[in-house]
Amino acid sequence: MAEVLVLVDHTDGAVKKTSAELLTIARRIGTPSAVFIGSQVEAARPRLAQFGAEKVYVIDNADVADYLVAPLAEALEAVVKQAGDVAAILVPTSGTNKEAAARLAVKLESGLITDAQDVQAGDDGIVVTQTAFAGGYTLQGVVTQGTPIITVKPNTTPPQASQAGAQVVPVELTVSDTAKGAKITEVQEKKKSGRPELTEAAIVVSGGRGTGGDFSPVEGFADALGAAVGASRAAVDAGWYPHSNQVGQTGKQVSPQLYVACGISGAIQHRAGMQTSKTIVAVNKDEEAPIFELVDFGIVGDLFNVLPQATEAVKQAKS
Amino acid sequence: MNIVVCVKYVPDAQSDRTFSDDHTTDRTNVDGLLSELDEYAVEEALKLVEAGEGEVTVLTVGPEVAVEAVKKALKMGAHKGVHVCDDAIHGSDAGATSLVLAKAVEKIGKPDLVLTGLASTDGTMSVVPAMLAERLGLPQVTQVSELSVADGSVKGRRDTDIASETVEASLPALVGVTDQINEPRYPSLKGIMAAKKKPVETWSLSDLGLDAAQVGFEGSWTKVVDVTQRPAREKGEVQPDEGDGGTKLVEFLNKSKLV
Ligand SMILES: Cc1cc2nc3c(=O)[nH]c(=O)nc-3n(C[C@H](O)[C@H](O)[C@H](O)COP(=O)(O)OP(=O)(O)OC[C@H]3O[C@@H](n4cnc5c(N)ncnc54)[C@H](O)[C@@H]3O)c2cc1C
Ligand SMILES: Nc1ncnc2c1ncn2[C@@H]1O[C@H](COP(=O)(O)O)[C@@H](O)[C@H]1O
Repeated sequence: MAEVLVLVDHTDGAVKKTSAELLTIARRIGTPSAVFIGSQVEAARPRLAQFGAEKVYVIDNADVADYLVAPLAEALEAVVKQAGDVAAILVPTSGTNKEAAARLAVKLESGLITDAQDVQAGDDGIVVTQTAFAGGYTLQGVVTQGTPIITVKPNTTPPQASQAGAQVVPVELTVSDTAKGAKITEVQEKKKSGRPELTEAAIVVSGGRGTGGDFSPVEGFADALGAAVGASRAAVDAGWYPHSNQVGQTGKQVSPQLYVACGISGAIQHRAGMQTSKTIVAVNKDEEAPIFELVDFGIVGDLFNVLPQATEAVKQAKS
Repeated sequence: MNIVVCVKYVPDAQSDRTFSDDHTTDRTNVDGLLSELDEYAVEEALKLVEAGEGEVTVLTVGPEVAVEAVKKALKMGAHKGVHVCDDAIHGSDAGATSLVLAKAVEKIGKPDLVLTGLASTDGTMSVVPAMLAERLGLPQVTQVSELSVADGSVKGRRDTDIASETVEASLPALVGVTDQINEPRYPSLKGIMAAKKKPVETWSLSDLGLDAAQVGFEGSWTKVVDVTQRPAREKGEVQPDEGDGGTKLVEFLNKSKLV
């Protein structure tokens, strides 16, 4: 069977859950091979083996981190060339990965489908499922030319283990001068919140303009549930919460088991980022708020009363 | 400094967006507008030119009505417009669209900057700018929420989940901006009047030296094979808080095995 390349998402060799998800998907359409960019492949290998990577292509070249996007596309191209018979390339959806996939698509003259919710082997090739118009539609797409390049959203497939060899295959890369056009000259690491990552979390509790700038009830409830914290654009624009926590069209798209919207009206652009959540719950003062149209359960009330009480109830249930 | 801004005409998110029988986004039977996310690119271009000199050309690829996106940008203050319009373009995916845009940018002449938005609000892929940079061989400085241009180079700030990065490139370059970068202006009365006299050129594929087979359904490397409307989420129970709202909420979570 032809190889399916999976770009590994990791921090210093610590493999993210999305990579296990993508390796699981890859097994449906071919033989999974991981693509590891960085120097700590040994730290990553056990997890990649556990989820079925037969091979691990490794590119250890500082240029990929030092210049924006274009070298990553060249790195993927180098792996494709070395691998030979590639059935598909799967990358976890993120701003940078989507752009690298885009450049790779032009290089390989291959079709690109982004933000996949599902990837399956069909009778005539790989079928990719996406949503459109803020979750209002489901699309099925196929690639008609070249090697299918697919970016897959996190949290769409439960990872299933399947031990494999994870044989390390080094790949040489010389980044072209053109690809070194945009240099990353400064990196300021962000403070870690200690909470789960927004796009990977099983539960997300979000706050909007209704918090009036005080996110403590939202954070309190999130921490009781072990959840990630999200925010509406109104809350982000007001400077109450960082943009990296924004949920919606121009923020993160999340698909958790449970989404709790607090003091959020439910504008179409916000819904675009959370409508595929399994269960949706809302707390809002206004019974007419559009968010209530989507909820499985809702409380019409003041979040400053409802959330602290709910937080206590969760703590009691857990103790 | 001469700037080309790529703008897209999209169906209004507030209206009932839908697909045509051939699985393409319906752009004719729905209210449309200049993609809100491209207004940020237009605004940034205007600010750069106002701080120095040069011209802003807005470029769109789309059906006849798409010229409305160009006109809106002209009202905001852009100097001239280019509309690439050809029936054969209908059905183009991101790759084919980026090919048309690349040829059009080359025909406009070598701009110092090509500016784009973060994503189109209909396709929401965020890939056309990267494809365009690849095709034009330009350095890519995308998804930036701060931008400055000085001494022949651009500097932008790009935020990822874990870090805030400063990215630098020399001109010419392709720059993509987010909705965090500025506050787009409303067209002034004067701007609206002045826009009427501004030139808008309409180009066909042959003007760009492209063949119909390179674009549209034929020239696209992906195909949508099925479109279904998702059933609206069924509205669940909504209860007023009578002093026990928090407890009820957690009861629901317990019942649903979410806690
Ligand atoms: C191109 C574009 C992209 C966008 N992208 C995004 C995006 O990615 N994400 C996003 O979220 N938005 C996005 N928006 C903005 C979106 O249209 C809305 O403006 C935004 O989502 C509103 O945020 P909100 O619900 O917090 O505020 P509001 O709409 O003001 O709603 C606040 C809600 O809080 C309730 N409330 C007030 N006080 C309390 C209280 N004490 N207790 C309980 N409830 C209370 C009110 O009843 C109200 O329903 C975008 C807009 C555009 C044009
Ligand atoms: N048909 C088009 N005409 C002009 N610019 C476009 C077109 N499609 C996409 N763009 C540009 O590419 C950006 C990203 O679009 P997308 O990749 O479709 O999300 C937009 O914000 C525009 O700047």
